[in-house]
Amino acid sequence: MPLLTVKDLRTYFHTRNGIYRAVDGVSFHVDRGETLGMVGESGSGKSVTCYSLMGLVPQPPGRIESGTALFDGVDLLHSSPAQSRAIRGKRVAMIFQDPMTSLNPYLRIADQLIEPLLIHEKISKKKALQLGGEALEAVGINDVARRLQQYPHEFSGGMRQRVMIAMALITKPELLIADEPTTALDVTVQAQILELIKEMQRELGMAVIFVTHDLGVISGLCDRVQVMYAGKVVETADTRALFYQPKHPYTRALQRSIPSMQPKGAELYTIPGLPPDLSKPLPGCPFAPRCGFATDRCHVEEARLAEWRPGHDQACLRVQAGEI
Amino acid sequence: MSDAIIELRDVKTHFPIYQGFLLKKPVGMVKAVDGVTLSIQRGEVLGLVGESGCGKSTLARTIMQLVPTTSGMVIIEGRNLTQGTAASLRQTRREMQMVFQDPYASLNPRLTVFATLAEPLIVHKICPADQITARVAMLMELVGLAPRFMQKYPHEFSGGQRQRIAIARALALEPKIIIADEPVSALDVSIQAQILNLLADLRRQMNLSLIFIAHDLSVVKHISDRIAVMYLGKIVELGPAADVIDRPRHPYTQALVSAIPTPNPDVERNRQRIVLAGDPPSPIHPPVGCPFHPRCPHMQEKCKAAVPPLVRIEDGREVACVRIGEI
Repeated sequence: MPLLTVKDLRTYFHTRNGIYRAVDGVSFHVDRGETLGMVGESGSGKSVTCYSLMGLVPQPPGRIESGTALFDGVDLLHSSPAQSRAIRGKRVAMIFQDPMTSLNPYLRIADQLIEPLLIHEKISKKKALQLGGEALEAVGINDVARRLQQYPHEFSGGMRQRVMIAMALITKPELLIADEPTTALDVTVQAQILELIKEMQRELGMAVIFVTHDLGVISGLCDRVQVMYAGKVVETADTRALFYQPKHPYTRALQRSIPSMQPKGAELYTIPGLPPDLSKPLPGCPFAPRCGFATDRCHVEEARLAEWRPGHDQACLRVQAGEI
Repeated sequence: MSDAIIELRDVKTHFPIYQGFLLKKPVGMVKAVDGVTLSIQRGEVLGLVGESGCGKSTLARTIMQLVPTTSGMVIIEGRNLTQGTAASLRQTRREMQMVFQDPYASLNPRLTVFATLAEPLIVHKICPADQITARVAMLMELVGLAPRFMQKYPHEFSGGQRQRIAIARALALEPKIIIADEPVSALDVSIQAQILNLLADLRRQMNLSLIFIAHDLSVVKHISDRIAVMYLGKIVELGPAADVIDRPRHPYTQALVSAIPTPNPDVERNRQRIVLAGDPPSPIHPPVGCPFHPRCPHMQEKCKAAVPPLVRIEDGREVACVRIGEI
């Protein structure tokens, strides 16, 4: 049985300009110890999916319209506040994109680092501090005794992200949700952080949901990948299948527009048009207006995720009909 | 020099750091750009790469003379900008324009596209008043925007479209040089490809010289003729784009190239990655000797002795490493 099973999650934002369907019927699962990559462009709903699971969607204007997210038998979307408190920050932890703004600038590293321990475990402050020091060492921070007493501004970006990771992992969670944790960092520091996440995952045996827009990061890190577009999952497969046999036209287009996959100086493939406005109802396949393969049917008929091969689902009507 | 449009000779840009509240005392220097010598040919695309804080943006701003130069010469078309008058600088600035990273911040939200694009035309008296509209329409078409959007405001456009407006604004004065400071970093991959194609087309059509700054090496390799790699205010490697990325010689370039994740699972899982320890050192207290030595896997005692000069190792290829013959 999977560790987390999400079914038909819909998170809408009710704004003055209409209902914005940020996540519109997303279903997926994560097994224990597995790394699931979530890719998509900005506005594709990958972050909102994670925020919905963690109960971090601001309500209002956000509202979870439907869906269930079973984490080890508990529905994260409909649990009581006490139930979700026992899970969030303990069994499910999250790290965010921007390490500059996700630490509290007024608190010493020690205070924020051990907060999850003081809340979730029956433990003395002294013992918690000792565990906090060990956690910092584990993520590769030296001179721990002094570092614990410092404030976030005394750390560089990569170091802060390490602190965030130490904080998320201090309760030994079973699931880590990483929302673009390396996007704001330099490539050399990104390489360090990715190594660190892999290493910690091996050590703790936790599952990871890794959100990114960089297909390169996915390829080395993830077991399975799901590609999102306009609030929907359009393709999901194991990493090799997704890279070597992409089926959905959007996945293929995304790959073709990456410079490193093209001969130098060649005209890059571009996807015509723009992602759709999610506040307008979308009949048919959301990618149809930009898709080179679209037929009349794609514009009217809803495209649902269906199995193409075992473990490889995709949501293109024409692929499902065997036409492309 | 053959046909260099930009020549930099030992350019240094240092910023003093002050401490104290009433009696401010300079306590140190941030050596953001520290001795850069470089020339860029007419019609050439030079890629400038390096980690954040390595001085690539400051170098761009130094070429534009948006920050005062501490020493050295910035020569554009034979004119030394560091000694010119304000009037001659204004004249030269017509010939070089900048495109910034964040198209959400670099456009004035209270000006329509028309006002944004007409402003340089009016300031530099490019064309008579009755031709401005036609000219703005032409600029918009050049960057792939429909002229009917002329009266719209920046917030009505997407990120990619805004970057097109910023590029049109840079092209308004028909410059010979465009300096693009991370022009695609804030954009999604599919949009990024559109902007890269646009820049490549414009450069061919108008024979522009382009300085392209980015931290994404695959993007830089794609668009550039030559690449300069910067570390702590200095150029550590310079050469033809494909060579620098495919056969990097400086240990820093090697680490940088190996850190880029490739979108190919089989390659990605089997390769040995050089993971650099630690963060780049602070430019206030740069290490003595080679600036890269504290993080370098090939470090020896002699690396700490002196700053290695940029040495020609083969045609068009320069590297600043004392151990270049050994590694």
